[in-house]
Amino acid sequence: MCTVCGCAEGETKIEAGHAHGHHHHGHDHHHDHDHDHPHDHSHEHVGPDGKVYRHTHGNDHGTIDLGRGPAGTEVPGLSQTRLVAIEQDILAKNDSFAAVNRQLFAAKGVFVLNLMSSPGSGKTTLLTRTLTDLKGRFPMAVIEGDQQTSFDADRIRATGTPAIQVNTGKGCHLDAQMVTQAVGRLPVETSSVLFIENVGNLVCPAGFDLGETHKVVVLSVTEGEDKPLKYPAMFAGADLLLVNKVDLLPHLTFDVARMIAYARQLKPDLRVIEVSATAGQGLEDWYGWIAEGLAKAVAAR
Amino acid sequence: MHELALSQGIIDVIRDQAAAQGFVKVKTVRLVIGTLSHVEPQAIAFGFDAVSRGTIAEGAVLDIERPPGQAFCLSCEKPVPLPERSDPCPDCGGHQLMVTGGEEMRVKELEVE
Repeated sequence: MCTVCGCAEGETKIEAGHAHGHHHHGHDHHHDHDHDHPHDHSHEHVGPDGKVYRHTHGNDHGTIDLGRGPAGTEVPGLSQTRLVAIEQDILAKNDSFAAVNRQLFAAKGVFVLNLMSSPGSGKTTLLTRTLTDLKGRFPMAVIEGDQQTSFDADRIRATGTPAIQVNTGKGCHLDAQMVTQAVGRLPVETSSVLFIENVGNLVCPAGFDLGETHKVVVLSVTEGEDKPLKYPAMFAGADLLLVNKVDLLPHLTFDVARMIAYARQLKPDLRVIEVSATAGQGLEDWYGWIAEGLAKAVAAR
Repeated sequence: MHELALSQGIIDVIRDQAAAQGFVKVKTVRLVIGTLSHVEPQAIAFGFDAVSRGTIAEGAVLDIERPPGQAFCLSCEKPVPLPERSDPCPDCGGHQLMVTGGEEMRVKELEVE
């Protein structure tokens, strides 16, 4: 489930008839401690107000000896507590799947982009245009995330690019395990580009590493220019900002420079490309950025 | 149900650890939730009671540590405090900042028996 907004993860569906109810974890994560666990010697008393007060009397190495308490006695029924160091990230399970994905992508020289935006930013239109224009230059594939329907994957497949739809059910973002599963069902070629179109949402997707090479945020000029400050985690984590629908600027009061300045308050070295998926402005820069990234991924293989 | 979900993640960690380390009751859960993380500690505290019911963490006290936001200012070449993600450097007023702390979100330790 989403630790950000709490949406359920029990309804995730990956296309091709595979219904997936629960997350299964193929490996355990053990954290070894090269020190003895400190043992707390504590006891409780009930105060006049009925509240339980607990005292802790020091640590010792592996021996529990209540007789060493200040009273010098052992009292039956009192608890024997100890401290267990955990130091485990609440998102550790997601991150372990992301690491698996990243390893897989690196081994095949796949350049992976996690595309994120609000609903309605023109993300899918930009993606279909990109796939159409880049067809034949290098192999590509798409993972489409939406709560319901396979409309977007259908649009992608109409371009001739292999695509798989992940329906997150009530889920508001893709997680790394969904990507692991989707990749198993999608022909991801060696030395290729994989686009992962996340669920339209500027909040939760920011918290979940999918194993991508770069996070790309799409913000259209029909949205508010203060969005970077309203959704700081999304922009702070992005590597590239695509400002979409710039052909509409003459009709709007959107201040592109101000929006970019806000975004760079959160990520000083954020790369920004202004594009129009319908009119074609800036697309060559975007394609150049992709080709450069793919070349690096292939060289590092 | 934001807060239930946050707490469920913590219960998952506790369950895994209980099996590995052999404890049967959790008395205190110490969490580290950075002030720049995308998590509200009140939300976790609110849901923890409900989610922990019937588990070994039922009735456990939540002790939440809030490390402050920290950044390294590339212009001043030194570490500076960063109360909010979009704040400027307190010294030079610039935004050439790399976040170095305050994004933590983890279970630190458990007091168990």
